[in-house]
Amino acid sequence: MKALVAVKRVVDPYVKIHLKPDGSAVDLNSLKMVMNPFDEIALEEALRLREQGKIQEVIAVSLGSVASQETLRHALALGADSAILIQTDAWLYPLITAKLLAALAGQLSPQLIMLGKQAIDSDNNQVGQMLAGLLNWPQGTFVSRVTMEADRLVVKREIDTGLETLSLQLPAVLTSDLRLNTPRYATLPNIVKAKQKPLSVMTPEQLQVVMEAPHYEVIKVEMPRARKSGVKLNSVAELIEKLKTEAKVL
Amino acid sequence: MKTLLIVEHNNESLNASTFSMLSAAMLLPSIITVLIAGSQCEPLTAFFKKNEKIEKVILLDSPDYQTPLAEDLAALIVKLAPEYDYVLAPASTFGKNILPRAAAILGLSMLSDVLHIHEADLFTRPIYAGNVLETVRLKEKIKFLTLRPSSFSPMSMQGEAVPVEKIADPIVHERRAQFIDHELTVYSRPELQSARTIIAGGRGLQNKENFKLIEQLADKLGAAVGASRAAVDAGFISNDFQIGQTGKVVAPDLYIAVGISGAIQHLAGMKNSKVVVAINKDPDAPIFQGADYGLVGDLFEIVPQLIAELDKD
Repeated sequence: MKALVAVKRVVDPYVKIHLKPDGSAVDLNSLKMVMNPFDEIALEEALRLREQGKIQEVIAVSLGSVASQETLRHALALGADSAILIQTDAWLYPLITAKLLAALAGQLSPQLIMLGKQAIDSDNNQVGQMLAGLLNWPQGTFVSRVTMEADRLVVKREIDTGLETLSLQLPAVLTSDLRLNTPRYATLPNIVKAKQKPLSVMTPEQLQVVMEAPHYEVIKVEMPRARKSGVKLNSVAELIEKLKTEAKVL
Repeated sequence: MKTLLIVEHNNESLNASTFSMLSAAMLLPSIITVLIAGSQCEPLTAFFKKNEKIEKVILLDSPDYQTPLAEDLAALIVKLAPEYDYVLAPASTFGKNILPRAAAILGLSMLSDVLHIHEADLFTRPIYAGNVLETVRLKEKIKFLTLRPSSFSPMSMQGEAVPVEKIADPIVHERRAQFIDHELTVYSRPELQSARTIIAGGRGLQNKENFKLIEQLADKLGAAVGASRAAVDAGFISNDFQIGQTGKVVAPDLYIAVGISGAIQHLAGMKNSKVVVAINKDPDAPIFQGADYGLVGDLFEIVPQLIAELDKD
């Protein structure tokens, strides 16, 4: 049984981002890029399922420019068996990403596709659900626990009111939430070994997906109004006084 | 134009987001139909009152929707959507689970987490955990949007109830997904995302035992407890309580950051708080830059003093 894990190259969540001077987009030039943290959790879960003998093969897939090979090498270093880059410089909005992944799933026939619940750059939280819809597979989103039994998955989902448990018939799509696991680190020997693992490149044409422009247009991006610095106080009594009379929150 | 508004509920009561969603829907040049899909939930229809824009409630009442699955709700929306210009749902785990699935089946792009409605097709939404705002023109024929309820003030409804149209279930339930159970979280304190006051602790607390100080202060103020990623990584508290880009994004009236230095990751999760108080021994900690009130000093002296002062009230 094969699992496909989609991993996105995103800006490191710990660096401060800036806008391009013309306000058209976020300036990612020379910023440190990493694997989307939620995707890293999805990959970790697939690796654990393989280590439990529930699945045999973990294939990492990324979409985007040639730079995403770096993210795939990281996936291989963490333990993925092979990697595929769907290489394109086109704008990868959620629907086209889902279409490309659905086409790839059609060729590889995985029983399980795992993704992060959202990418920490565009924050759409759409691709997993769209992919499940396009494939007409059951979906488990925001999962914090995965148990695999024969041809079914039992998943716990983090929903606003608590936890929901679903049983999903395979094949299925899962999206990971923060609590699912703590990803491992890539060890040096594994980083070296990853260089020998297969990484193949495909094009949207090979997947017979027409790279349509999205039916939306980003008009502008802006930074939200910065919080203004306040005052430093000298005592707890002064703080309570301010919170009561000035801020009126106590 | 016509809007289909998908309501979140638990069959007994409407989710609090419903009335914020209605006021958001009122901003669109469009007549509103409310969709309630559930089981034995007919009394919920009475909460919707007639006004110039709210036309009717569609009620689908069936045991299959007792705890509806994304697969079924999305299929239902796919059947209904072609008659509408907008399909709206709250940007909650409920709305986010179903709307993208339905939109993709219809071949439509959609927008998540809409914060502002500027024009009929122009919307602002957060990216990079709210560090950047993106204004987008959505050109799809049917506009699917999830909206952040906290960005729209709830609408009060009075008067005569709107007409209810009952529909039969149009879906063939494939049952490849099954609901097993639902564990409702019972919080002894307010839940982070709806709390009006949050006390958050960071690495400055030093250990798990000391973190109880945060809980004591929270209980004194009827507040929720939060933590920085550093505190979670150090094992002081479980990661349900993490505030930040990879944790929860919160916007309380009062946020008190105790022993938190203020990493970008953390600031992204709390910067929309109305009033921020920072308590830290390092006067140069970045948390002070966005704090309305700062106290520089030893939190192990300041927090007990704060608790004692509050006790006097």
